[in-house]
Amino acid sequence: MSYLTDNQNKDYLLMGNEAIARGALEGAVSVASGYPGTPSSEIIEALSSVAKERNLYVEWSINEKVALEVAAAASFAGLRAMCVMKQNGVNVASDFLLHLASSGTRGGMILVACDDPGALSSVNEGESRTFARLVEIPLLEPGDFQEAKDITKWAFELSEEIRNLVMIRSVTRMSHASGNVRYGQLPDTHARANFRFDGPLSDPETGPVVSMIVGASELQHGPQQEKIKKAAEIFEDCPFNTYEGPEKPELLIITSSACNLYTREAISLLDVKDRVGILKLATTWPLPPKLMKRHLSCTDRILVVEEVLPILEENIKILAAEMAHEIGPKTFYGKNAGNIPSIGELNPDIVASALSSILDVRYETGSERFAEEAMLLVETMAPVRGLTMCPGCPHRASLWSIHNALEMDGRKGFVCGDIGCYVAGVFPGGFNTVKTLHSMGSGSGIASGFGKFKQFGMDQPVVAVCGDSTFFHAAMPALANAIHHKSPFTLMILDNRGAAMTGFQPHPGTPVNAMGEETPSLDIAEICRAMGAKVEIRDPFDLEETQQTIHHLIEHQEGTKVLILRQACALSPERKDKPKYKMEVDEEVCLGENCGCNRFCTRIFACPGLLWDEEKGVSKINDIICVGCGVCADICPAGAIKREEVV
Amino acid sequence: MPDNLLKDPYNIIITGVGGQGNVMASKLLGNMLVGRGYYVTIGETFGASQRGGSVMSHMRISGKSIWSPQIPEHKADVIIAIEPVEGIRVLARYGNLTVKLLCNSHPVYPSSVIRGEAYYPSPEEIETSVRNMAPDTTFIDATGEAVSLGNPILAGVVLLGTLCGTGALPLNRKDFHESIANRLENQQVELNMKAFDTGFRLLKN
Ligand code: SF4
Ligand code: SF4
Repeated sequence: MSYLTDNQNKDYLLMGNEAIARGALEGAVSVASGYPGTPSSEIIEALSSVAKERNLYVEWSINEKVALEVAAAASFAGLRAMCVMKQNGVNVASDFLLHLASSGTRGGMILVACDDPGALSSVNEGESRTFARLVEIPLLEPGDFQEAKDITKWAFELSEEIRNLVMIRSVTRMSHASGNVRYGQLPDTHARANFRFDGPLSDPETGPVVSMIVGASELQHGPQQEKIKKAAEIFEDCPFNTYEGPEKPELLIITSSACNLYTREAISLLDVKDRVGILKLATTWPLPPKLMKRHLSCTDRILVVEEVLPILEENIKILAAEMAHEIGPKTFYGKNAGNIPSIGELNPDIVASALSSILDVRYETGSERFAEEAMLLVETMAPVRGLTMCPGCPHRASLWSIHNALEMDGRKGFVCGDIGCYVAGVFPGGFNTVKTLHSMGSGSGIASGFGKFKQFGMDQPVVAVCGDSTFFHAAMPALANAIHHKSPFTLMILDNRGAAMTGFQPHPGTPVNAMGEETPSLDIAEICRAMGAKVEIRDPFDLEETQQTIHHLIEHQEGTKVLILRQACALSPERKDKPKYKMEVDEEVCLGENCGCNRFCTRIFACPGLLWDEEKGVSKINDIICVGCGVCADICPAGAIKREEVV
Repeated sequence: MPDNLLKDPYNIIITGVGGQGNVMASKLLGNMLVGRGYYVTIGETFGASQRGGSVMSHMRISGKSIWSPQIPEHKADVIIAIEPVEGIRVLARYGNLTVKLLCNSHPVYPSSVIRGEAYYPSPEEIETSVRNMAPDTTFIDATGEAVSLGNPILAGVVLLGTLCGTGALPLNRKDFHESIANRLENQQVELNMKAFDTGFRLLKN
């Protein structure tokens, strides 16, 4: 039994994501789906770990749009359902999301979106909250770990009450942070599914479930707006909206999510709790007007503390403008006024500095001298850790070969990158091979375009990379497009057997699913062949053959080609702690700086498992870091790096 | 109410490089403390952790409430550095003259250093400059100890043992045992206990 399904009367230390998962269990979820993405992945992982025990159906879907469709089906059949994704995933799901919000739901349904302010592990700091307003569904933002659990449970009830899906937005510092959580009861697990469709089209419980009926907005858009009005009414008494502070604060801070915790800390750092009130909102869209009016009436100065876009701030300003004749004019502080930075994640220091200037109190972070000396120490003694790949990573070998083949070709070929660990290809750690990088599958789509510009005189070889999970997620349509339009580029599928970056979640190409059951695994090579591409498969650890193959593929610029570079991730269960080779550098053979090879192994290839011995002026293997893939032995032109098979 | 802490909230940062067991160390410590009745808040920065990036866990321990998952600048009470240069980075931003620093002396070189583009300070340089900033610093060859126990990943547990040995927190061997007993296999429990004891003893000598 997992600690997630325990029922003891004590505190548990739960990650925000685990708290959301527990909340879903307490809220009698039956179906959960998602696509992996930091910082959201642990929610589905947690639920899949207890799926059997709790009679759940959990799946890692092929992409976020399909995940939302799977969860919606559960809701249509009367089950409670949850769908989980990171902020970028909501963009992918958004087409269906708009239609779903319009058709409405039956069984309680929650969309959990985990944003990543500051883009700590994303390619952008996208803002998913905008979608709630765009598609007119209620938005909830938990302000601590206990609330992450409690709000999730509550969201199912809310969803059933308004018959529409409810969005919960978390952020990295909530999802990937941990804190004390007390459990509630787990319900019994005997949900039954049945899809009813015999009733009239207009009956939300018994009729067919369809999105907007053409030209008859009153049939659906009208009722949808009634739902959001009803949510606002319910929000007036939501127990998760709280106020703490004096009756008539000098400054009212309105905040939500992790910013609630930063703000509390800032108030304590400056010791201004007698002057400042904090209204922590869990229901950030739509805002409950009466509650807002009560609080806005108590003061003339308002500071909104939130991350990424000033969405809360703008919504409050709209209300304040509408109520101006009753509540009087207000001074607003926040992102628009420049008190709170408009980019990046916040922290207690940032909020404290904002408060310090608004309230005109001094904020000292520590001795100035310490801070100055510390800065100097970091500059001189703490070299930056750039983004690179793990020791023994197959992507390093793949990018190395792609890089060399393109150089050898000499026509300024380039790589259109994609989302996965191979984003490091933008940097020296991946030999600066990647020249475009956007969203999931976009490398292939962009390459499909580039390939067609011969008529405009462009003859640079075009290569795209994508991972195995990314291939299924979004690269397949782009590949079909390219083949159909005879776009001559080479797609390198870096198949490392699972969504490695987010922790080896299964995908349609793996032989097990999220429930741990055996499933048919789709053969990427056969799919590409069936689509009409010329397909080769190589082991990227075989550098010579891989490079020859790539050279050959890019030389002749006809048709769309696929090269599958297949080798398991260095951290995968099949390779982790199982070195294939014992490595050693023969100091006699290594010519060091004089070898004319420009210290290939360390300066250029730079696997973290290698070291440069300054004193001896030779290369060395770092036994603690090296995972024994053996590739560097083939990098050294002098043959100084020896590998011996581990038996 | 649990025992009073030296300070409330008591702030600990565990830092290192991805793959060094940072997250596991903070989880273990957090579970011990929650078991003792405290409120614990942990903020993790492990976005690039799998790829040899800097990682950091901020821990807030309190008898009263949850705190922010990010510690304000210069407000750390203890820094556990599984990697020395990461210790310097954290010391600079979150340290102060009275911070207690427990530092693994074993370096993990950034790729810029392997490439020969950046300089990695010598152990002597690290020791002198760090002690200058944080007089209450202890250097330990935690990785060396962990390797002799059979797995470098145990360095974090060695350092946790050392932390408990300092008496900075109301924790003992039993708390540690409880926190791992139902999460790990028997053989692993034994190994982790050995690592903990090694760290605990290191400071006593
Ligand atoms: S064998 Fe060479 S390339 Fe492979 S992990 Fe070890 S040092 Fe790195
Ligand atoms: S190991 Fe080989 S590549 Fe590296 S410096 Fe020595 S001779 Fe050159």
